[in-house]
Parts: sequence; C-alpha cells; structure tokens
Amino acid sequence: MSDPTSPDAPVDLPPEVAAVIGAYQYQETGEFPAEQGYIWTSCSSVENGNPLFWDADVAAEITDGPIAPPTMLSVWFRPHHWAPGRTEQALPLQVHFDLKAAFDLPEAVMTDNTIVFHEPVRPGDVLTTRQVLRSVSGPKTTKLGSGRFWVIDVEYLNQRGDLVGVESYTGFGYRRNAS
Amino acid sequence: MTEDLLLSDVQPGDSLPELGYDVTATTVVLGALATRDWRPMHHDYDFAVNRNGTQDIFLNTPNQAAWFERYITDWTGPKGRLGRMKFRMKGSVFPKDRMVFTATVEDVTTDDAGCGWASLLVTLSVDGATKTDCTVRVALPTAPDDNPWARRGDQWKP
Repeated sequence: MSDPTSPDAPVDLPPEVAAVIGAYQYQETGEFPAEQGYIWTSCSSVENGNPLFWDADVAAEITDGPIAPPTMLSVWFRPHHWAPGRTEQALPLQVHFDLKAAFDLPEAVMTDNTIVFHEPVRPGDVLTTRQVLRSVSGPKTTKLGSGRFWVIDVEYLNQRGDLVGVESYTGFGYRRNAS
Repeated sequence: MTEDLLLSDVQPGDSLPELGYDVTATTVVLGALATRDWRPMHHDYDFAVNRNGTQDIFLNTPNQAAWFERYITDWTGPKGRLGRMKFRMKGSVFPKDRMVFTATVEDVTTDDAGCGWASLLVTLSVDGATKTDCTVRVALPTAPDDNPWARRGDQWKP
C-alpha cells in the first residue's frame, strides 16, 4: 500500500497545520528515568524470556550492563496519567491530538508505525523527545469513517545527546459515518 | 530461547517457528499498562465498543511491537539486535482471539560496516486473517565472537 498521506493532488490545509509541517515541536524531557521494574513488567506482558533482560551476567557480557528492550522506546516518554498540580491530562504524541482538534475529528487510530533503533536505553537514562509533523492527506473515507491520514516522527535522545531511536507514526483521524 | 543464531545459519526463504498465543482481556490491559498507554480503548469495554465502534478492547501499538520483538529474539537469541521495525495494522486483536505469529526471511546481507542483517516479514494473524504485517531488520552475529550490540556510531546503520 502506498503512503496514504501522499496526495494525488495538492492538499489544501489550514494555515496553522501547513505552518508546522517539518517543524520540531514539543521538545520535552521524560518524567522519569528508565527503570528495571518497568523492563520486567514489559517483558512479562509478552512473556519475553530474553536473558539480556533477566540475567545480569548475560547483560554484562553482551550489552555491557542492563538495557531495556528496544521496543520500549516510547514507554520512557509516556506521561503519568495524573501528577500533582496538573489540571489537564497530559497526552503523548500531542501533535496527533492537535490534528484531531484542528480538523474536528473526534476519533483516531494509528495505522502504521516504524521504529528505528539506535543506542540502547539503559536503566537510569532520561530521554528527551521532539515531534515533527511530516505530512497530512486530503480527505479520505475508510470503513471506520471519514477523515485524514497524517505522519508524525518522534525522535528520542538520551541525556548524553545520543540518538536512541526514531518512531514514525501514521494516524487516521476520523468521524464515524452515520449509520 | 535458542542459542545465538549466526548470519550464516540463515537463508532467504527460511521460516521462523510459529508462535501462538490466546489473548485475554488481561493480555490487552497488561500490555497497555506495561507500555504506559492509559487510553480507554485498551481497558474500557464500553468506551471501545460505544465510542470507538470496535467489538471489544484491543491490543495497543507499542505492545504489539513488544510481541514482535519477543517473537524475533526468541529466534535469534540475545545477540540479535533489532535495527528497524515497520508494522501496519490491518485489523485489531481482541480478547478471545488466538494470535499466531509467523515469519519468513526475505533477505540476508552484510553492510559496508561489516554488520550482518536479516530482513524478515512477520505476520500476526487471527483465524487465518492478517491483523498486522511487520517488516523487520535484525542484526545477527557474523561469527561466534561477533556482537552486533558492540556497534556504535557509524558502525551501526539500522
């Protein structure tokens, strides 16, 4: 399937959306460091018995100490559901929610996800991330409803400035079709 | 968990051992919380059905990534190092589904930094219907004393 955000014709976008395509937004630092307990919770959730994550001797030999499963990349950046003093629920991937609001699309799903892994994340690392909107499609209709596709990249760096990964999401924001 | 797989053990067309798993509501909720995904469609049946229009709560994207990682590294052993994963959800995975993971090796290469790579097409299906396709590039040792995890900087080209 071709990239659903690749338009057949130039896409007419609201100026506030067109203005942020290609721009880095929402550079933020994670609310907590990567930690071993969450690594085990994640491995447990999928019954991942890789000794890298359970056997300190194996981790010392192969990865020079403990690391997190690479696919946990986004975990270290997802905000707490609640925190003292917060008046609104913090949302991960804020650009996605900005687009839902900009196009008045109440529902959304992710259809594609690409993750490129660089330096491993280690317990104690605190990640910084930034989001960039790459593209937005024209209006599309699927079995879920009518709306638009968009592609958002998220870059992750550790506290030493090393790139640890890049995630690229394709989302589909939509309004359910009247039945 | 297998012993470490070497690049020379792998050829295009090889199949990975199948993995089957019966999904429950606990699988979905545990996976969502393990990935710190608090969105209600992954734990709230009423929200999933009446707001999202899906048949039940369903596995979230980051947890599917964790399932794919587990499936691949069960095959490679701990020296297998993921470089890149791209997956496309074609349908959702719900409680009472039996997930089946299968994969085929599509390509085996060595890059100009000397890193060995296997490219895989991994499929997550339920009742024979593909729910997610995942293309994966995973680094494998080229010799018993090679370790892809030791690569940094321009020696690592995922």
